[in-house]
Formats: sequence, C-alpha cells, structure tokens
Amino acid sequence: MEHSRSARTVFGFCILILLLIGLLLLSLTVGSSRISAAEAFRTLFGGESGDSASRIIRDIRMPRSLAALILGGALSVAGFLLQCFFRNPIAGPFVLGISSGAKLCVAMVMILSLQQGFFLHSGILVLAAFAGALLCMLTILVFSGKVQHMAQLIISGVMIGYICNALTDFAVTFADDANIVNLHNWSRGSFSGTSWADVRDMAIITAFAMIGSVLLSKPISAYQLGESYAKNMGVRIKPFRILLILLSSLLAACVTAFAGPISFVGIAVPHLVKGLFRSAKPLIIIPASFLGGSVFCLGCDLLARTLFSPQELSVSTVTAVFGAPVVIAVMLRREKERSRT
Amino acid sequence: MNTDHILLEAKSFSAGYRKQIVVDDISFTLHAGEVLTLIGPNGAGKSTVLKTIANQIDLISGDAVICGKSVQEQTEKELARQISVLLTDRITAERMSCFDVAAAGRYPYTGLLGMLSEQDKQIVQDALKMVGADDLADASFSWISDGQRQSVMLARAIAQEPKVLLLDEPTSYLDISRKLDFLCLLRKLARERGIAVIQSLHELDLAQRFSDKLLCIRDGKAQRFGTPDIIFSGDYITELYGIRNGRYDPLYGTAEPSAYTGQPQVFVIGGGGTAIPVYRKLYRAGIPFATGVIHENDLDYPAAKALAADLITAPSFEPIPEDAFRSACEIMMQCETVICTLEAFGTMNHANQKLRNLAEQINKLQTDIKKQPS
Repeated sequence: MEHSRSARTVFGFCILILLLIGLLLLSLTVGSSRISAAEAFRTLFGGESGDSASRIIRDIRMPRSLAALILGGALSVAGFLLQCFFRNPIAGPFVLGISSGAKLCVAMVMILSLQQGFFLHSGILVLAAFAGALLCMLTILVFSGKVQHMAQLIISGVMIGYICNALTDFAVTFADDANIVNLHNWSRGSFSGTSWADVRDMAIITAFAMIGSVLLSKPISAYQLGESYAKNMGVRIKPFRILLILLSSLLAACVTAFAGPISFVGIAVPHLVKGLFRSAKPLIIIPASFLGGSVFCLGCDLLARTLFSPQELSVSTVTAVFGAPVVIAVMLRREKERSRT
Repeated sequence: MNTDHILLEAKSFSAGYRKQIVVDDISFTLHAGEVLTLIGPNGAGKSTVLKTIANQIDLISGDAVICGKSVQEQTEKELARQISVLLTDRITAERMSCFDVAAAGRYPYTGLLGMLSEQDKQIVQDALKMVGADDLADASFSWISDGQRQSVMLARAIAQEPKVLLLDEPTSYLDISRKLDFLCLLRKLARERGIAVIQSLHELDLAQRFSDKLLCIRDGKAQRFGTPDIIFSGDYITELYGIRNGRYDPLYGTAEPSAYTGQPQVFVIGGGGTAIPVYRKLYRAGIPFATGVIHENDLDYPAAKALAADLITAPSFEPIPEDAFRSACEIMMQCETVICTLEAFGTMNHANQKLRNLAEQINKLQTDIKKQPS
C-alpha cells in the first residue's frame, strides 16, 4: 500500500507534467496563424530571428501561455488554501467574492490613472488587487464567524461578489474613455495582451507565494483535523491563519491584477487533483494543484481563443463550463458521504 | 516506571470564555501512571476544565502545571510533546487513511515539511496495533465506524507520545464491549508507560471501576476530589447529579427510580435476587407493592429498597426476627395478591416459608408467577 501510494504520486505528477508540455506546445502552434512544431522549436531554442512566425510566438503566444500557466496554478493553490482555511470544500477566490473585490479595486485604480493620465505599473495593480482581496476576505471572515452552515458562507461570498461587480460596472459606465474597452475586456477575464514584463512580475509574486504555501503544508495537514487538534499538535493557530489569509489573497490578487477574475478554477482543480492523487496531503496537493491549474487554464485558454476563431471567448466562460460541474459533483459526493455515516 | 512524580497539577484555577468564568477554583494533582476521571452533570464544566488544561481556553486565574511548568508558559511545541488529546469534535478527514490520521500525532516531532521518518512510521504502526486498528491502516477514515474512529483517534494521541493523555467523554459512542476495551487500554497505557490519564466520563459505573481518582464538578466548581471508594459512598452521587426522581446506588453502580407510593396492592416474598424481575414488572405497570422479608445483604435488597412502597427487612446473617415476620404478615393481609419468587427456603429465611404458607391458606398466593403480573 505504501508502495502503491508513492507510485500513484509519481504517476500523477508524470501525467500532469506531460499534459502541461503537450498543451504548452499546442498553444504555441495553434492559432489564427498556424505555426509548425518544428518552427516553434526553432524559435524557442534557435535564438533571434526576425520572421513573423517567430515574432508571434515570442511576443504574443509565449507570454500568453506562460501567463495561463502561472496564473492558473496560482488560482488553484489559492482555492486549496481557502478550502483548508474555511474547512469548506466549495470555497474559492471566485465564489467567495475575493476575485471580485480585487477586480473592483483594480478597476478603480485603472480608471483613476486613465483620468489623471499617469502610467500604471503592474506592481500598483497587484497592490490594488491585494487590498481589494484582503478587504473582501475580512468581510467574509466576519460572516464566517456568524454563519453555521457551509452553504451560507458561500452565499454570502457570492453576494459580496455581486456587490463588487455592480460597483465595478457602475464605475466603468461613468468613466467613459476610449480605453474603457480594454478595461471591459480585462474585467471578464482574459490572458490576452500579456507582456514579458507582466510574466516576470507574476512569476516573482507567484513563486514567492508558492514557497510560502509549501512551507505551510505541515500546519495545513494538522489543521485538516480541526482547529482543536491542530492546536494540540503545536500549531500556533493565530499566526497560521493570518499567513493563510495573506497567501491566498496574494495569489488571488495576482491573478486578478493580470488576467481579471477567472471563475471556478480555484474550486475545481484542487478536487480533481485530490481525486487523481487519491490524497489530500498538502505537501503533494499544493504543487500538484499548481500543475493542475496550469494544465486547466492552458487548455481553457486554448479553447477560448480557437473554438470560435477569430472571435475570442473570455477564458472565464470556458473555465465555468468545465469547473461548475465539478462543484456540483463535489457537493453530491459530500452528501453521499454524510448519508453513509 | 517512576510513578511518584506529579505530572499534572491544577492550582485553584478558574477559566472561561471572554473573561466570563465558567469553571472556578479547580484544584487537583495527578501523578504518573494514574487515571483521573471528571464526573458531574451535563454542563457542569467538565469539558471546560479539560480544554483549559490542554491550553485551548485561557486561564483567568490560578494555574495549570504540566511537568513542572505552567501550560501558558510553554511553547506550543513543548506542550504538544507533553499532552495529547482526544476530543468530542467530529472530524472530517477528507481522503485520509487511518494511518494518515494516526500519523498526525507525530507532528511535534517531524521537521519543517512534516515528512515521517522510518522511526515515526514504526511508532504510528505500533500505536495502531495497540488500539487494535492495525488492519485499518489503509482504510479511508471517513468510511469506518464511529467506534473504529475513536480507536484511530486514540492511536493518534498515543503516537504523539504524551506524558499526559486527555480525553473528553471518550467512550460515549462505543458499545459496551468497546467501552471496556477502551478503558482497559487506558489503564494499560497508564501502567506500562507511566502516562497520566485525565478524562471525563458519563458512565459512572465505569468511572468507579477504572479510575484512581475522581474529580466531581458541579456548577463550574470542583466539589470533591478523591478515590472512588470515598466518592462512591453514601448518597453523594445522587446529590452531585441532583437526582430527584430516584437514587444512584454506588454499590451496584446503577440508578433506580423512586418507588410508587401508596397502599401496596401486591406483596412479594423474595430473596436471593429472585424477586428483581417481579419488582421491575410491577414498577413498569405502576403498581405499588410491598416486599419482605429481605435480608439487608440480600441481592434483592437494593432494588427492593428503591422500588417497593413498603419493605420489611431482616439484619444481615441473622434468622428473620419475630417482629419482622409479624409486620410482614400485617402488610400482606392488606394486599390483594401475594407473589412468592422463592422455591426453596433455608434456616435464615424460614419465616418467609411461613409467610408463603399463610398466603396460600388465605387464597392470595399467585402460583403461576410467570403469568402474573403483566
């Protein structure tokens, strides 16, 4: 059993890595202008060349794919952390309104900068998103102390999300500017238009948060048995909870700042990954969720831009189609488990 | 095993939630290898006392000292190596095997990422074996029975290698066989590893049999602290729990309801434990009855004392005195029916045979006691 378990872990990681490589190659080659895999390889490893194919790959598809990879991973890990924090299997940055809160703050800062005409560094956007995410997280925390049932927590999160979205729409409507189109596109969730500078920034932030999350995997595993037991095992509950909030907000904020709100990835991927690995061990599931989220978002982004090409879907639309059924499946599974005990 | 030193000491502490005192003036000492059981009515504060010792609730005044150091002065890690707990919280361990759950007990000993060493794994295996759950190691924790879960949670607590083991109503959901297994195991842990066990129990009979010391809690205060023979004497338990509708018999370890008072309708001639089923039937039917003559050391005596409206007794080890026989006759005459559960009589209860013959003469003797009363 011990043996078959570690075999399962190796198998899981192999599958995810292979999928990731495959999807990455696909998203570099498939698109409005078809580029062969050989050409893609030449561009990737062959150094400078000025033709249009290599420029498309280097300046458009590569950063976009990397954004999907990094942000998809970040979003899934944020979801896993939130599920652990609230001890609620259908918690996630999107349903809890955290993404919407981040979006509201980013939209405000964007509109303000458009009006005042100052240059927006992506760091400022991340900071704004982080502030918005934390604000929503704190609101949710106030609710979570008062509601007993896990569904009520989710409902309050969804409501907060609606309020934030309404405020965002309001702000967007009254700040008319040519650039608002751009803002509108972003507010529906998209990886398009990512620059290499953005990729660098999101990679740094995500790497930082990922290291933090992996280092928290030991207390998270204790916390899975409940707060009282975690405390008895030596977890310092208060700092642990604060770190968990900060990390999950930072990850969710990073995603929202660069790609807008993306739905259901945070809930669906950790569950799919737990099923694949037949485990909930944070030390395995945190890196596996990252890989799973990368695969999921790369795949969804590929579909979003190719399905009705040249018309592009928002990536959130595609993630919802695949993610929402997982949420329903999780709830049904929980119900089944409850009825058997 | 050094069993002399004090592992746990409560120094007149009070504790509660949000500065509101729930338990007050709690004092006791617990040595290595001892089992201390907290008893008392629901809501008296037993869990609060336990949670305070486990440092889950803040002390308001006084002190709780584990291994010579106040719980509040110890770091989480220090404390985790000294005390492990089994609580009433229902845990949802999603996709965790029983081994994983038990292995959580190694938390205070593992490194930064919580990887288990070979030695850690061995300790977890041994703990599972000790509670008889080694065959469940690979089973999913959410799929096993409540009783098995409790065993696995005990294995987790053992794997934590504590000096003090703290359990809140650990046997509540177990069947009687598992209750015994569980408590025997706690005794074994105390005896062989010198662990000090502190627990709360609702099963008074088991508390009496398995504890070295008892702490009686009522209305948030420690009323008494002592050995089972001191606590389980007289009517103290009845008083502790405020039993109004009956009485707890410490000798037999059970509670009996109060008797129906009123004019006895049935007279039961009993002894040697034969009359208890009849007493119970009459009690259930709500019929007031008298019974006699019962020796004070007779098996029937406690039930008779609790349930009979009228009881005629004889002193232990003596033949039934004449006056007891006479008052039994008097009461029997006023009853409509007489039931005799005895088939043989001896020197000491010869008078009961006379009672039976008398009942037969006056045609009150119910011969077929299996049919009657219903």
